[in-house]
This record gives sequence, structure tokens and C-alpha cells, in this order.
Amino acid sequence: MDSALIPEGVKRCSPAKFLIFLGVVGAVLLWGVFAMLLCWIKGLNQTNMNDYYGFALWIWADLAVIALGGGAFFTGFLRYIIGKDELKNIINYAVLIGFICYSSALLILAIDIGQPLRGWFIFWHANVHSMLTEVAFCLSCYFGVLTIEYLPLILENRQLDRVPFFHNLSHNMHEIMAVFAATGAFLSFFHQGSLGGVSGVLFGRPFGYREGVFIWPWTFFLFTWSAAACGPCFTILITKITEKVTQKKLVKDNVIELLAKISGWMLATYIIAKILDTWYWASVTAPSKGFWLLDFYSNNPFYGPWILVLEVIICGVLPALILITESGRKSKTALLLAVILAVIGVSLNRWVMVLQVMAVPVMPFDSWYMYFPSWQEIATTVLPVAYGVILIGLSHRYLPIFPQEKELNPID
Amino acid sequence: MFPFIFEWVWDMSHIVFMGGLWYALTIIGLGMTYCLIKAIADTAGIGSGGHHHHDDHH
Amino acid sequence: MNKEHNKAKKFGMVIDLDKCTGCGSCMVACMAENNVPFKADETNKLDSITWMRVYKLTNGKSFPDADFCYLPRPCMHCEGEHGHSPCVSVCPATATDYSHETGIVSQIYTRCFGCRYCMAACPYHARYFNWWDPVWPEGMEKSLNPNVSVRMRGIVEKCSFCYHRYQLAKEKAYYEDRREIEEQEYQTACTQACPAGAITFGDLNNPEHAVHELKKNPNAFRLLERLGTNPKVYYISSREWVRLAGDNYLRQEGKSEKN
Repeated sequence: MDSALIPEGVKRCSPAKFLIFLGVVGAVLLWGVFAMLLCWIKGLNQTNMNDYYGFALWIWADLAVIALGGGAFFTGFLRYIIGKDELKNIINYAVLIGFICYSSALLILAIDIGQPLRGWFIFWHANVHSMLTEVAFCLSCYFGVLTIEYLPLILENRQLDRVPFFHNLSHNMHEIMAVFAATGAFLSFFHQGSLGGVSGVLFGRPFGYREGVFIWPWTFFLFTWSAAACGPCFTILITKITEKVTQKKLVKDNVIELLAKISGWMLATYIIAKILDTWYWASVTAPSKGFWLLDFYSNNPFYGPWILVLEVIICGVLPALILITESGRKSKTALLLAVILAVIGVSLNRWVMVLQVMAVPVMPFDSWYMYFPSWQEIATTVLPVAYGVILIGLSHRYLPIFPQEKELNPID
Repeated sequence: MFPFIFEWVWDMSHIVFMGGLWYALTIIGLGMTYCLIKAIADTAGIGSGGHHHHDDHH
Repeated sequence: MNKEHNKAKKFGMVIDLDKCTGCGSCMVACMAENNVPFKADETNKLDSITWMRVYKLTNGKSFPDADFCYLPRPCMHCEGEHGHSPCVSVCPATATDYSHETGIVSQIYTRCFGCRYCMAACPYHARYFNWWDPVWPEGMEKSLNPNVSVRMRGIVEKCSFCYHRYQLAKEKAYYEDRREIEEQEYQTACTQACPAGAITFGDLNNPEHAVHELKKNPNAFRLLERLGTNPKVYYISSREWVRLAGDNYLRQEGKSEKN
């Protein structure tokens, strides 16, 4: 039925099976769209946010998907700027995952703001001293870059490629991709960083506040660093899941191992920096404002010291150790465990830097308030996941995303 | 974002921030313009960029 | 005209906590004055709007040492360092501003797009989001204050130190050919409503205003001074535990101050 659209030399499931897949995921997507419309039409009273949790699940989701989408800029940086040529076999997928993550982040932001129709004020009336302004500008620009990086892939669809103009455009875009990738890396450095700055500059919130250099708190650099470390882990994880679902090998082991190795060293150096940052904050910054480390982790039903151990040790040190050792990378189970832990770790870090910042009482006579998202918040957060799955499904089926697929899965 | 918006100020932070922004936008814009113009030229048969094999890029 | 008058104004408040009875008149007056919307069911205080909110503090001791104190909390109109208040610096759309002329932190309702970053930045929870459309019971909309704009759903609002009253006082002074307004010409609604006279409002920079002296009281303190927010609301209490409750202290610091 759709065989004319499928790349040559590869095998895809039957259209019926694919339609069932689209139908199931599409139903989830529609559920999310329904919740989104509720939030837009009825307002943010549809959420469980309140005046103590002005930032909640959505802002976490934004920070998390952008960190996980960091695989696109960092793999692009390694491939085009550093010249790690093997990574050309995974860069397409990294770009696609990045594109999904960033478009999701923009969508969630559009739901999260109280007056969506005024969203453009952030550009028009920009306050250049606000971290959020920097985020908005860089994020939108970088989404443009990702679109530019994804576009040639779409144009390489078997039918589109037959159109000479599209063929030439795609070729030309590939030719100067390094320029776009470099711009993307520049923009990513700033918006990943300014997302870290979002809580780092809050001098009224001792849990999030960090000292730093010039206008940038330490979290600025930690966020960029952790996104560069854990983004590629997410790319690897999604590649592994895709291989499992499609039941075939799509990327050669040496490519995965190279990315895992770089990721591992990034993660190892990041986690050392994170430990130093935590130590300095706990022993100098927070006490200067009257807080002990354990004040942030006690007298409440959820945020205990376990969260710090889980984030830094189990989801930080452990995956870093696995990924920097060759035997760790070579073992399928260990590698998978490491990338899963790294993804959980970075997501947990973003959760802590958003939700726990809100939860910790600052006035001595105030108390901890807990938060659990409403179904509308959950549905609108699942919505981008469903959208991502659909886009991956379509892209995998109709576009030559994995250059090594033909070689790894010869058709008799 | 633009100097004609009333709260615009010509201070250092503005110049650095907006400078970075417009620098990035210019590169992206010029890059895409180049690709489009060259693609039109290639399609029309002007210049040399007609034949290449698909596997030389990914 | 004396030199002090030409200095920039710095409006602020001194609240005597020993006088506050916790009656809530300030909260009611504030809501009426500023057209603050309310919900049909106000049981959930986490999403109701109270520009002025009275907190109840207890010393945590049992009888006969038990003691409590009411603490009214308006917006602190933090100055930070040179106007770098926690909320103003983070607003991405320049929708909240620190006035160096009056020291008042304003909120531009038609500019705010509801990202709530300022709420995340404020340690006093002085900022409130309009989770619902503002709706008043039938007929009550006729008694709204015409000098204060009502706010739409999806934006943040907070105490303005009744800025509209400052504008009116200035207009009146201008009409009467005066350049300066008198202390009593600009008073906030909460100040005037307090039956105990616990709230004093005025220009902290002006030696002729009562607040100028009151803030120098040895028992005066501000909330969370250690954070560097530099608030313009001062509290006075003769009770040491109340003064200590105004900020966070490490265990050994607390002990050393109490001893």
C-alpha cells in the first residue's frame, strides 16, 4: 500500500500493523490533546498547581526533555566540529529525538503559561536579565536549527528525493550542516545553561540558589554539562528501544560504544563537579542563609536524603563508572543499565531543581506542601511522548534514518 | 527585541544579549538562503552541483 | 524645600506585632480596596488570592510557656541590591518593575503572560496567580473600586502598596500647586483599617514620616533579611522568639542569640 514511500532495501511491517500502532498511540495523543484544550479553554485551574507550586510537572517536563534532547547538539558537535566520523550513523536519530524533545518543550510551555496568546511578549518585551528570556530565545532559535537539521532527512524520502529541487536542497543543506551544527551548539550551551540558571539565580530560594561567575550561577554550567552527558545516553536508550521494537539491529556496536564512552567521561566529570557544587552549597552557601543541608531533606513525607543519594551516587557515579570502563560498555546489560540510570539521574536532577525548590519552606513559620499533578497535567505531559512515538514511527518507516540498517539487515 | 520598542535600552547587557541573538539568527538565515539559492541554481542547471552520489553524506 | 524631600522616596511599612490582634481587618480592607477576586469556596488557601495575609506564629512551647503572634504579610517590595529584587530580575517580559522613585515593585497586568517565574522567586509567597476568571457575586461588581483595574485569569498579581492612592494624592497635590504630598495623604488601605494601629506606613527616607524613626527601633526586624532581599516592610516585637522567627538560623546560631 505504502511501499513506494518506504526506503529501498529495507523491510518494514505491514501497513495494517503500522496502522494499529498509529491508532493505539494516536488514542493516547488525543487524550493529551483533550487535556490540552481543557487547559487552554478553562485555564490553569485544571491543574493541581497552586501559589506554592507556580512551577510544577510541566516545567520539570520542559527541563527534562531539553536535557534529554541534548543528545542532538552534543552528537552534532562531536560529529561536525570535533570530527568523530563514526557518529554519522547515529546523528540522524539524535537529531530526530532532539527535534521531538524541543518541539515538545515548546508545546508544554505554550500550555503552561497563563495567557498563551501573550506568549510572544517574552520576545517583544524581553528582559535580558531574566534566565527565562535567554531560554525562550535560544530554545526557539535552536528549534529552528533542529528543523533545518531534520528537513534534509524528510527530503530524502524516496519519493521526495525524486524531485530535483528537493534533492539539491537536501544535498546543499548537508554540505553546510557543520555551520548549522556549530550554531546549534552555541545556542544549546546558552539555553541548557540558562535553564540551570532558572533556579540558580533565585536568591530568595536557598535550596536552588548557587553562587557562580559573573551573571551565571554554577547550575548554569552543570546543566549544560549534564545535558551533554546524559542527552547521548537518551539517544542510545531510544535507539536500543527502537531496535527492540523493530526486532533488528540498526546501529553498529562500535558507534554506540564510542558515544557511550564520550558520554561516560562527560558524566564522570559532571558528577565530580556536581559533588563539589553540592558540597560547597551545603557547607557555605546554604548555611550563610541559615539553612543546614538536612533542613532541605526533613520534616516532609517525600523529599528525604535518599533523593540526593539516588541522584548523585546511584544515577550519577554508577553509570559513569560503567560507561568509562570498556567491559562496562561491551556488556549489553551493563550498558543498558547505565544509560537508563543516567536518564533517570538527569531527570531527577531537573525534578529536584524545580519541584523541591518550590517545596522547601523558606519563611520559618511556613510549612512543606506536597504536590501531585492532576490528570490534565499528566495527560498533557504524556501527549508529547505519544507525539514523539508517532513521529519516530513515521520517520523510521519512511525516511532513511539509520544509514547502517541495510548493511546490518540484508534482504534476501 | 527591537530598538523601537519603548523599553529598549542601549546598555551592555542588551548589546551582548541581542548581539548574540542576531548573530545566531543571521548565520541561520544566511545559511538557509545559501542552500535555497544554490538548490534553485542546481535545479536550473547553473553551476556544477548536479551529480553526486547519495552516500557521500549522512 | 529641604534637601531630604528631593531624595528618592522609599515607601515602606512598620508593623508592630505586639499590637496586632490577628483580626484580619487589613486583609478585608485590602481585598475590597484592590478588587481582589475570591472563589465561591475559599477553603483551599493554596490558590486563593490574599495580597495581605495574616500568618499565625507559635513558639511551639506548651502551657504555661505557650505564646503566639499574628504576622501580617503584604508584599515586601524588596529592594535587593540597587533594585535587584528577587521577582523583578527574573520576569522575562518586564511585566514587574522596581521604581527607584518610590521603591514600589509594580505589576503590569496587561504585560504579564503568566509564566509564574516571579512566584517561584518570591520567598514570601506574596505573589498570587489568577487560577480562575475573576467573578463577583451578582451586584457586587457595582461596588468595585473604580481606581483599581481588575485582573484577568492567567496572570500574577500582588500588593501594590495601594499605588493608586499615591497617584490620587499626587494629582490632588498638583492641583493644589504643591510638589510634595503629606504623610497622611498617602496611606494604604490596610494601614487605615487596622483597629489596633499596628501598621504605620510612609516614606522610609523622609525623617518627618513616622516610619523613619520606627524602623530604627532596636526590636525592629525584617523577614528573611539573610537572603539579601532587602525588604521595605519592618516588624517590631518585644518578644525575642518572634524576632527570631523572622529569619532562619543554624542551630548553634539560634542558641547563641537566645543566650
